Amino acid sequence: MTLRDALGWLLVGAAALYALVAVPAGGELTTMINGSIYASYAILALSLALIWGYAGILSFGQAAFFGLAGYVYAVAGLNLESTPLAAVIAVAAAAGFAALLGYFMFWGRISDVYLGVITLTVSLILYRFINQTAGEEWTIGAAPLGGFNGIPSTPILAPPGHPDEPFLPEQIYMLAVAALFACYVICKLAMATRFGRAVIAIRENEGRAELLGYDTRLYKLGIFTLGGAIAGVGGVLFANSVFVSPNMFSLQTNGQVIIWVIVGGLGTFAGPVIGCFLLMALSTGLGSLDAGPSFAVLDPNLVMGVVLTLCVLGLRQGLLPTALAFGGRLVAKARATRGRGAAELRRPAEERP
Amino acid sequence: MIGAPLLEAEGLIMRFGGVTAVAGVDFSLGEGELHCLVGPNGAGKSTFFKMLCGQLKPTAGDVRLRGRSIAGLPAARIARLGVGVKTQVPSLFDGLTAMASVRVATDAVLPPTLSRRRAEEALERMGVSRLAGHVVGRLAHGQRQLVELAMVIAQKPDLILLDEPAAGMTGAEVDRLGDLIVELARSSSVIVVEHDMAFIRRIARTVTVFSQGRVLAQGPAAEVLADARVRDVYLGKEAA
Amino acid sequence: MDYALIVILQLVVTIANLALISAGLAVIFGMMRIINMAHGEFLMLGGYAALVSHQAGLNLWLAIFVAAPVTVGLIGAVLERLVIRRLYGRMIDTMLATWGVSLALVGVVTVIFGNRVSGISPPLGSVPIGGYAIGLYELLTAGVTSLLFLGGWFVLRRTPVGLIARGAMQNRDMAAALGVDPAKVYATTFVTGAAISGLAGALIAPITGVAPSIGAVYIAKAFITVISGGTAILTGALSASALLGSVNTAFSFVMTPVLGEVALLAAAVLLLRVLPQGITGRFFRRSL
Repeated sequence: MTLRDALGWLLVGAAALYALVAVPAGGELTTMINGSIYASYAILALSLALIWGYAGILSFGQAAFFGLAGYVYAVAGLNLESTPLAAVIAVAAAAGFAALLGYFMFWGRISDVYLGVITLTVSLILYRFINQTAGEEWTIGAAPLGGFNGIPSTPILAPPGHPDEPFLPEQIYMLAVAALFACYVICKLAMATRFGRAVIAIRENEGRAELLGYDTRLYKLGIFTLGGAIAGVGGVLFANSVFVSPNMFSLQTNGQVIIWVIVGGLGTFAGPVIGCFLLMALSTGLGSLDAGPSFAVLDPNLVMGVVLTLCVLGLRQGLLPTALAFGGRLVAKARATRGRGAAELRRPAEERP
Repeated sequence: MIGAPLLEAEGLIMRFGGVTAVAGVDFSLGEGELHCLVGPNGAGKSTFFKMLCGQLKPTAGDVRLRGRSIAGLPAARIARLGVGVKTQVPSLFDGLTAMASVRVATDAVLPPTLSRRRAEEALERMGVSRLAGHVVGRLAHGQRQLVELAMVIAQKPDLILLDEPAAGMTGAEVDRLGDLIVELARSSSVIVVEHDMAFIRRIARTVTVFSQGRVLAQGPAAEVLADARVRDVYLGKEAA
Repeated sequence: MDYALIVILQLVVTIANLALISAGLAVIFGMMRIINMAHGEFLMLGGYAALVSHQAGLNLWLAIFVAAPVTVGLIGAVLERLVIRRLYGRMIDTMLATWGVSLALVGVVTVIFGNRVSGISPPLGSVPIGGYAIGLYELLTAGVTSLLFLGGWFVLRRTPVGLIARGAMQNRDMAAALGVDPAKVYATTFVTGAAISGLAGALIAPITGVAPSIGAVYIAKAFITVISGGTAILTGALSASALLGSVNTAFSFVMTPVLGEVALLAAAVLLLRVLPQGITGRFFRRSL
């Protein structure tokens, strides 16, 4: 493990500790609920960071798995005794759906941009479908799908064996933060395995990976399914933070995840999470401005759109990689001033032609 | 041991639209053989090569590896049957380090505990150990060729297919490469597509000359390269 | 008999509608291989341009056929200059940047007009067919769509501009070989695509109404039609519209209109599994 990796883990651990100990201590209810929402969205961002940043698969409809898991959780939770079981079913459903969709796309050799359009379309299909389920006929067991309004009666997770004692908002918050941390660790570990190295290699050069004997479709399917499952975890937690509604599948939600990942930095895990927190805070702030006396010059959509466009045009690497590179240059400079000889010997690979 | 053929091609044909790139080629490679495919540009040797390694599916004809038909199989399947390929344009994982790249190759054939050591050996064998930590996308062309070769040999394939391995290398690198290919041929069978005549003379024992999608001549290097027809289509052009 | 006629007319209207909302996107995709995520917002802006100019006293037909395409064409020109031009050849970045533009346009329009639906009442009334009725205006849009595609065919096939465009469709470097500045071809294409989208948005505005976020309603359908069609602008958009429009109509009649739309999108996803390059990637290869 390099020094940088160790520092990274230290920072992430500290952030998790802060979120689990310091934040709840002064916890107001709204902070807890907003915190849960942030964490659920951050998990969604993490799933896209994995799929897009590491595997190079342009899943522009990642919210499909998020929303699907949310809805499956709500419906199963309303029909079953056990909400934890419903959560497991929901995550499995998201993973299964991702596997099915992935099979279609990877075995059909659908590439790049087409893949982006198809995944987005799938998410929008679900959006259109759920949106029109307002009628009585759209009831699954004890769960009315509720159309545009969603399912306000989405059940809250309860500990196994105690279905009548659902978690309190601060417990949901703790759960969400812990889940975010766990998903981060899973992503990190997955990328350090043989499977993860193969996935990255396939992103770099699919043809070469095939010539080395990798059935690239299987690896893409595997990582896509894992991404679907992680997005599903986010969806279940979101359902517990607020309640499920078609908005989970919407074009805006899909767009936002992409913005978080781009702003935070493709090819990192912490970056998109940070991007998610920053931009969520920004749009929450703008949203509260919006509620003010008929003064709405800074519409959240406008700001997000401009941020995305400028990021693509300018800040090509995203916040975290840019910051890391800047830090790296500072360190190199410090070394260079300390001893020129040493700096010559240690000339990093980056400076070679 | 040179016995039953390792690789056979029979009546191999490849058409692109109205153009016939390979027009019925028969070919046979024995176990442990080092064989060069030569011919002017557009003679069909690269197309033939791509059909051997699964990058192109032949229009007609068959390719057999140890008697088993592999024509049209996906490249990954052919690779897993023990065929290592180095393409003409270096095909690498540009964002990875040399070490990580070779690890991807060894991971495919070895358990993790052995994979790392095999990767180190391969880099060592290609003389690029010092580049292990360097990002491949930033290496010079010749160095990239060597890293790619390290990826191929790290898998210890039974059959190695090399498409113009010496292209873009410096003189010293080419000499090294020649020695290396001869050495590789002790443990694997090797097919090399090459332009450079001096290089072919140096390494090849048997040669197949392609011209206009067909085999013009085939046999021991010294004989074939002395053949008048071969001089006409190929060497003559080269000289002119 | 009347029922059969009304079904056929409804089918024609659905197909034409699909072709209409996809046309501008098809032009940009076919010529530039760019997926313009702001396409839905171009339609939305077309609707608003018609609405505002009509409310300001302009004749409705002038508002739809002149004010809307000109306005959106100009907006397209500005965007091409500021964003698209900087990203030529970077397909994914272009897609993302136009997604940003899409969000920003929704934001701007929300700020100006508020987040509510405005409408223009559909002119012309409806024609009775036996016991049924179909809007005359909807038939008119189908007619205009046909004219639009015929016009497109004429331009591509019979004019010098079309020759350059056909060259650029086949091969990006062709325009340069014909002695035309490729940047100029792209700029013209983008503006043309935007103007067509503006016209389409204005044409459908009386049927659907306009709201800042209405682009999202069309975008999935337009994308999937164009991608399913492949890169041939006219044949691709038309064949995909015909196929997907039929699926849509069939499911709408059997179930509900929204499920018809869901079926349309699902059919397109299945289609792309079979034909990853779209319909014209496999059939009608040399078509326009």
